[in-house]
Amino acid sequence: MMLNRVLYIDLTKRKSETVEKPELFERYLGGDGVAIKLLTEECPKNVDPSSPENPVIFAIGPLTAIFPCCSKVVSMFKSPLTGNLGESHAGGRLGLAMKLANYGAIVIKGQANSPVYLAIHDDQVSIKDAGVLWGMRSTYSVGRILREVEPGVGRRSIIRIGPAGENQVHFANVNVDVYRHFGRLGLGAVFGSKKLKALVISGSKSFKIENPAAYQKIYDTIYTGVTKTDLMKKYHDLGTIENILPLNALRALPTKNLKQRSFEYAEELSGEHLAEDYLVRKMACPACPVGCIHIANLRVAFAAGYEYESLNVPYDYEPFYALGSMLGLSSADDVLRLIERVDRFGLDAISVGVTLAWATEALERGLIFEKETLGVTLRWGNVDGYMKAVSHLVSMPNEFYQTLACGVEAAAQKYGGEEIAMALAGNEIAGYHCGPATILGQLVGARHSHIDNAGYSIDQKSLRTKMTSNQIVSALIDEERWRCLLTTLVICLFARGTFKENIVKEALDSVGVSREVEELKELGKEIHYEKYKFKFREGFNFRQLRLPKRLFETPTPHGVLDEQKMLEALRLYVEKSSLAKLPNYNSGNPQ
Amino acid sequence: MVSTPSVVSVVSAEKCIGCYSCMFACARRLGLVSTTKSAIQIRTHGGIERGGFAVIVCHGCLSEAVPSCVKACKRGALEKRIGGGAIFHENKCNGCHECVEACIIRAIVWDEERNRPIICAHCGLCAKYCPHDVLVLRKPEMELI
Repeated sequence: MMLNRVLYIDLTKRKSETVEKPELFERYLGGDGVAIKLLTEECPKNVDPSSPENPVIFAIGPLTAIFPCCSKVVSMFKSPLTGNLGESHAGGRLGLAMKLANYGAIVIKGQANSPVYLAIHDDQVSIKDAGVLWGMRSTYSVGRILREVEPGVGRRSIIRIGPAGENQVHFANVNVDVYRHFGRLGLGAVFGSKKLKALVISGSKSFKIENPAAYQKIYDTIYTGVTKTDLMKKYHDLGTIENILPLNALRALPTKNLKQRSFEYAEELSGEHLAEDYLVRKMACPACPVGCIHIANLRVAFAAGYEYESLNVPYDYEPFYALGSMLGLSSADDVLRLIERVDRFGLDAISVGVTLAWATEALERGLIFEKETLGVTLRWGNVDGYMKAVSHLVSMPNEFYQTLACGVEAAAQKYGGEEIAMALAGNEIAGYHCGPATILGQLVGARHSHIDNAGYSIDQKSLRTKMTSNQIVSALIDEERWRCLLTTLVICLFARGTFKENIVKEALDSVGVSREVEELKELGKEIHYEKYKFKFREGFNFRQLRLPKRLFETPTPHGVLDEQKMLEALRLYVEKSSLAKLPNYNSGNPQ
Repeated sequence: MVSTPSVVSVVSAEKCIGCYSCMFACARRLGLVSTTKSAIQIRTHGGIERGGFAVIVCHGCLSEAVPSCVKACKRGALEKRIGGGAIFHENKCNGCHECVEACIIRAIVWDEERNRPIICAHCGLCAKYCPHDVLVLRKPEMELI
């Protein structure tokens, strides 16, 4: 049952072919491993992320759709936001559809000369006209239309971009089946540059289990682990938004562009409040009994005479941090309205929130004026201003919004305020101001994402038993390497507590992929190196990293951090991880 | 006295989260990872943003003396099952699809590869793997809540 087939689609030539790659899947198994090899192969060096040559890779893993919590898909591309590795993962039905259509990976290259969408139903691949869908304001409408014209009810996945992707906002996302996203690092912009509006895929194949008895046994262990123990209770009960109150109590909740580290309205934005007053439905990715997707219902009056619209809005911790506390929004209604708009237009919530937080402070400080914002009043808590700004971010009516659409790093380079531009390595920060490991983790993570190595979690552990820099660095390295393995098998990281080393080994065994735990760990390490090889090849350089001063002014639960110590820890990381030995380590342009 | 065999019942589709654990459990009986070979099907009501899920599985036609699919089968391949539903005799089936058409709740899935219907055995595996008590395996005489 080993994955085997790669579907190559060339939008320029309007052709596709399926190639069997048993060696690739035998060696790298799937997900992250296969995707980084395909990206390195298919993406020419130094290519412009918006050029036809930038490939889009999707990959599933050897456990996809076979075990609970193995529903996600890895995407890789060259990121328009950071200029190096673009990697984003999404849930929804895409993984199931790819599995049942028997594709281990999909590679999309080239650029269509007019808008298209891809329809993949088992072995039939069509490139279809999407002229009528281009320019549509809502990602939701695109889904509704494609549901009516394409087959595969109940088995298909529909992924699409909104106007943000069409206009190539550098942090545009790709919407997956309404409520999930390839959120970070701008996959939506790469779709837009290819004039690729959407991809519909369905599969109808069945796969024989190699060893049914062993499979049933380990399936039950995992199923019980994720449904009957407390390991995933957090994700199902309140959802990730459960974090708001504990982080606020810890004083580690970035608020108003991290001028503050706790928020006076945290109760209002809390998971508890959302669950009690807004939650109407929980949903799951196929094959995952957890159901971590939380949907709020919001009634919004749009005219006098009791005229209401009813909005169903997915919510999680990160959007509530970025579009909530970071912008000083004091009511859950306001945050949900803003999340809905950001989703509808197809933008990454974290990048939008952090970028607008910078703009708000830049306006306060007189770095920009209403001439730049086109009269939009960006002020903490003013949701109407932020709603307008989000529209402008997408339509880009002037140079200011054009710059803002390139991310907070680009905006600060042009208008100043780099000390308050909250990005690390070009990626807007996640919602944790927990301490040194949080910052170092995002600096060195291959995607510069908090989930690369969970530095925020290391900081919280280290509050109980103080860790040295050396220990923190080792923990970050070990965690990222193991996570590279989990995302190669494409196990949802939420389920990492259940998928311990021996469970992973047993699960793989039961589907005919026999590997020792040590081999698996070695593979994780190798894949981490492969990602960094790509980053260095594309000019990433540790010496170019910028540290926003704000991070060293606002205290963390570990006290006020020291910039020099952070740089020392960074040097230690590079040394201990042996990344300096990789090719092109110094090829970027050190400033 | 032998007790009546149980039937699968959908007690509250409203609680369904769309995890498909039931479908995978059903296909696992055949040693398969599959959604198309499952006798139970989960569908969305016109897109997930519109609301919940429909859980489509044989209800057993409990109010009927003879289930619709059994009546429709001219070759005797479907036999009335005590307790509810039908028992499938594959050797008598010629793949005519009449049973599929007769079941207006569309609970009979067609196995395209084998050109035969997939008839629910009311074994209850789907209910066992439902994390939200959407499904139960019950005695037909039991009252539904």
